[in-house]
Amino acid sequence: MTSSSWRSVFAAVVRREIALAMQQKGDVLTPLFFFVIVASLFPLGVGPEAPLLLRMAPGVLWVGALLAAMLSLQRLFAADHADGSLEQMAISGTPLAVIVMAKVLAHFLLSGLPLVLIAPVLGIQFGLDARSLGVLTLSLLLGTPTLSLVGGIGAALTLGVRGGGVLLSLLTLPLYIPVLIFGAGAVEADAAGLGVGAHFSLMGALLLLSGLFAPFAITTALRISLE
Amino acid sequence: MKTLEATQLKCIRGERLLFDALGFRLHSGQLLYLRGANGAGKTSLLRLLCGLAQPEVGQILWNTRPVGEQAEAFRQDLFYLGHHNALQEALTVDENLAFYAALAGTQPDAADTARALERMGLRGCQRRVVRHLSQGQKRRVALSRLMLNSASLWILDEPFVALDHASLDLLANVIGQHLQRGGMAVLTSHQQVDIGGAQVQSLELGR
Repeated sequence: MTSSSWRSVFAAVVRREIALAMQQKGDVLTPLFFFVIVASLFPLGVGPEAPLLLRMAPGVLWVGALLAAMLSLQRLFAADHADGSLEQMAISGTPLAVIVMAKVLAHFLLSGLPLVLIAPVLGIQFGLDARSLGVLTLSLLLGTPTLSLVGGIGAALTLGVRGGGVLLSLLTLPLYIPVLIFGAGAVEADAAGLGVGAHFSLMGALLLLSGLFAPFAITTALRISLE
Repeated sequence: MKTLEATQLKCIRGERLLFDALGFRLHSGQLLYLRGANGAGKTSLLRLLCGLAQPEVGQILWNTRPVGEQAEAFRQDLFYLGHHNALQEALTVDENLAFYAALAGTQPDAADTARALERMGLRGCQRRVVRHLSQGQKRRVALSRLMLNSASLWILDEPFVALDHASLDLLANVIGQHLQRGGMAVLTSHQQVDIGGAQVQSLELGR
């Protein structure tokens, strides 16, 4: 198969994921609502202490986004595995890595991007100023693709395993920690006047690394799960 | 002339030895009938042949070369239908078939799709959401993919199950035509189905 047909398979898989999400909107909206609720509960629980909320904001919003991303990981492969579509993808003429990357991209578009877009709105509740909101949004934009890539590995490994949800969290959260630290840290660094260069460079590096290794890792994990 | 050969295959599922030193040789135009009681390892053997699982011992050769060395080329020439229909319930019949056509690298042709569905007794079902079809209809949609692919090797796990008489005859016909065009097929079935004019090999598992 030529690379141009890989491109059309890639597009077909992304289109299919989006079509499915349109049919089952609840699947996509639930993690998003979770993010909104979690982020909104903190100001209510902590009370109107402006300085405290301001300090907490990047961390709370990043953790909320992380947890929401993890909630949405379940649907990455589970449905296809259950109805036999994943098997068909594994033995199709297209390399599984191409199909996997398409699914991860669709996951980012459907689950990661909404988080990025709604985060600034939630940040207002914490009293973040416009500049910090901008940095926060950028850090999430840089970090959520990594969450999709790395999370995909966990999703592939825990496919079909009983109690997979908990196992998925245990596997993925430790891998998310660097992204969390640099992402939330970027906002604090910028607020302290240190600039975001270092943090964003590191997040970019994490994205590149996961972009290089995740496809291979996910494909291998899927083939093991399918055996 | 294409060949599928298995040599010294050994398969262990869980802790049970399913089969050992299993081999066969199939070439274009031939059909391999896998027989055996439930649990004898028929599905496991089919999955080994597809490359979904790896054998403990033994090799599978496609056109005399190990499948492992030419995975992509082998898969492009392979069509597999297992127990699952592999259809997304939330999408329409058309969307499902178009997706599989895209996966196989072909352009979905509306006329071909319509003809295939009609032959399977599903005329006009293109726009129906799969969830709203009966079990038998869903199975027939899955089977209609047989008429929309150009693979040489068909591996079918219990394709005749839950089909009515007319559909059974039709499917036997479709498989027969595939064999006549130089394709080959491996299938399991509990039913005795006559594929007219086919060169049939039989392999019994679990003895």
